[in-house]
Amino acid sequence: MFIFLLIEIFSRSVPQACHTDLHAGQYYTLPTAQLRTLFPHGLPYRFQMQIKTFNEACVMVRQPALELISYLKKADYSRPALRYILYGETGCGKTMSLCHALHFCATQGWMVLHIPDAHLWVKNCRELLPSSSRPGRLDQPLQASLWLKNFKTTNDRFLSKIKTTQRYVWTKRETTEEGRPLGELVDQGVARVKSSSDVVGALLRELRLQAGGAAEGAFRLAVAVDGVNALWGRTTLKKEDKSEVLPEELTLVHNLRKMLRNDWSGGAILTTLSHTGSLYKPRSAYLPMELLGEEGFDTMDPFVPVPVSSYTEKEFESCYLYYMDRHWLQHPHSQTEEGKKELIFLSNRNPSILERLCATL
Amino acid sequence: MAACSSSRAVRSILLNCGKYSRTPRRPAHSLNPQLLYRHVCQSAAVWGKNLAAAGPEKFSEEYIKKQIEEFSIGKRHLANMMGEDPETFTQEDIDRSIAYLFPSGLFEKRARPVMKHPDIIFPKQSAIQWGEDGRPFNFLFYTGKQAYYSLMHEVFGKVLAIEKRQDRLRNEDTTDIKQISLTGSRWMLKEELEDLLVETMSDHDYSRFLQLMERLVALPYSSLEEEFVQRFRQQLGVQSSKQEIPALQHDEKGVAFCQANGRRKTASASITLRDCRSGNIMVNGKSYLQYFPILQDREQLMFPLHFVGMLGRFDVEAHVEGGGRSAQAGALRLAISRALLSFVSSGEMETMRQAGLLTSDPRVKERKKPGQAGARKKFTWKKR
Repeated sequence: MFIFLLIEIFSRSVPQACHTDLHAGQYYTLPTAQLRTLFPHGLPYRFQMQIKTFNEACVMVRQPALELISYLKKADYSRPALRYILYGETGCGKTMSLCHALHFCATQGWMVLHIPDAHLWVKNCRELLPSSSRPGRLDQPLQASLWLKNFKTTNDRFLSKIKTTQRYVWTKRETTEEGRPLGELVDQGVARVKSSSDVVGALLRELRLQAGGAAEGAFRLAVAVDGVNALWGRTTLKKEDKSEVLPEELTLVHNLRKMLRNDWSGGAILTTLSHTGSLYKPRSAYLPMELLGEEGFDTMDPFVPVPVSSYTEKEFESCYLYYMDRHWLQHPHSQTEEGKKELIFLSNRNPSILERLCATL
Repeated sequence: MAACSSSRAVRSILLNCGKYSRTPRRPAHSLNPQLLYRHVCQSAAVWGKNLAAAGPEKFSEEYIKKQIEEFSIGKRHLANMMGEDPETFTQEDIDRSIAYLFPSGLFEKRARPVMKHPDIIFPKQSAIQWGEDGRPFNFLFYTGKQAYYSLMHEVFGKVLAIEKRQDRLRNEDTTDIKQISLTGSRWMLKEELEDLLVETMSDHDYSRFLQLMERLVALPYSSLEEEFVQRFRQQLGVQSSKQEIPALQHDEKGVAFCQANGRRKTASASITLRDCRSGNIMVNGKSYLQYFPILQDREQLMFPLHFVGMLGRFDVEAHVEGGGRSAQAGALRLAISRALLSFVSSGEMETMRQAGLLTSDPRVKERKKPGQAGARKKFTWKKR
């Protein structure tokens, strides 16, 4: 029985695009080479530690991700981009489902614009520079340049093909001409840290204009934002006169909001709500209305909500067998049926709590 | 006629029970007026009095007998007054009636009006131990603890008698060896023995007495002295027979459910345990994973269900108020254990009791004392 289930857990040979409901609950491996290019910054921290420990990246195929992928397959890309919001309680697997969907997009040849955690842009910022281009705004050079570096790692092959449509002037001596490959734009941002926020804005604008075009070099754009509720919440950043910074005053946030409007076509917008990094929100809040607030909800409306919940019994079995297979559960009692019941009770089948619990065994 | 007889009855009742609450100017009672101020107590041992050193008895035998008569008459009058049957008027009924007739706002329960049998009220006193010529009656009088030593002599005499019997019967058949069974009872405490002998003793004396009794019990053929030994033993009640099991109810769909409460420190919890096959637990409307993010609290919830082996079987709907997170978890645990009693056999109930699941934790926050920083912590001690 155990061996039979073991064979069922891993669906390595099935190509990722063909995952269907039959594979729900099974694990599939992400090839390590793709991992470094696709997700330089996207995966949750604990999952990265698990990859290092087990020497492989195994992701469970779950129903929310399958639902999202089916929507992506069926969507019409000549229409304005659809917005998908993954929501659910903390630790249920929203970020992992998002990464699964992104992997699917990447294998289909899409361009992936992944912002790993929007909350990082609204808190703990050491350097806040007043923006060079607009008077009222604030720049975040470090975050922007870091993100541009990761973006470059992910989408290297596209950057040489896409050309700029406008001339951008950064300083008196630096400009980017029209028709230059986007790679130059990105390099400019990485090299000149001071203007990196504006580079990000320019990049987003270019991609918006050129996604899903009818030309040969047409590409589909997947915009993935984790923790999208940060864009409409409060920040913990303060200006020099100790007054609080509103999210609109940050260049990065402003440009990202423009990206999330559905006035462009040829792609999809996948977002996740996250309570973990959110600021000034009660612990019980997990629904879109509560976390996004009035303004955010009105901006994101209409969207396709995708709820993510704790493991079902089958998924729990699968996860348990995976840990047993990897010899992760060392305690002898945890390998018995009673131990399994205890694990179910103590974690209530919540994936992250289960993972932390098993790590201590 | 009835009025004056009842007024006489009331007066006799008042005199019987209100001795310390009366004013000195109480008219015409045959008692020695000094005795009206005697501080009445339940048992002299509680007050730490040295009974033997109290000297010859302050209350004479006839006096106590008269008090007993008056008490029984007063009891009948009281029963008549309350409209109850005098034959079946128990001590609890007396207490209830006195509390009704003489309502007292005093906080100290021992200062309130009381009407009990004179044997309880008047401390037991030893009779005068020497005759008119001054010679003591008991040969052990000059040891100072005559009751104790005479008891020890008696017990040792029994030990010798049993050993003699043993020697005699050793040559004959040995079918009659029966030992006294001591399960379900315990030796009397030192205070209880002092009460029995109407004499104080030291800890050393008490331990010697216990040693001698153990020696007696350990001998074969000691079953002959069983009655004598049982006089000095107190029976222990079986604890779990006093446990109240909450009633098992069924709702419309036939699902069995049970309600129970639990308390710990300042937290109080009330739960409904349903016998569905799902293991959902909702606390105050939230999932227990959300309400108790700390693992320790969830382990506390798991303990009773895991102990009985019914982890995934029950649905719990809980309301909990007050206290902190640990106190709330403890209160819920107690409530779940109590609710489980109706689903579990009596043998398992006994194991649960021994595991400590059914005992409510009496620990509460200790009071802060004046002159100290906390309950135990003292202010910094300065040498000068």
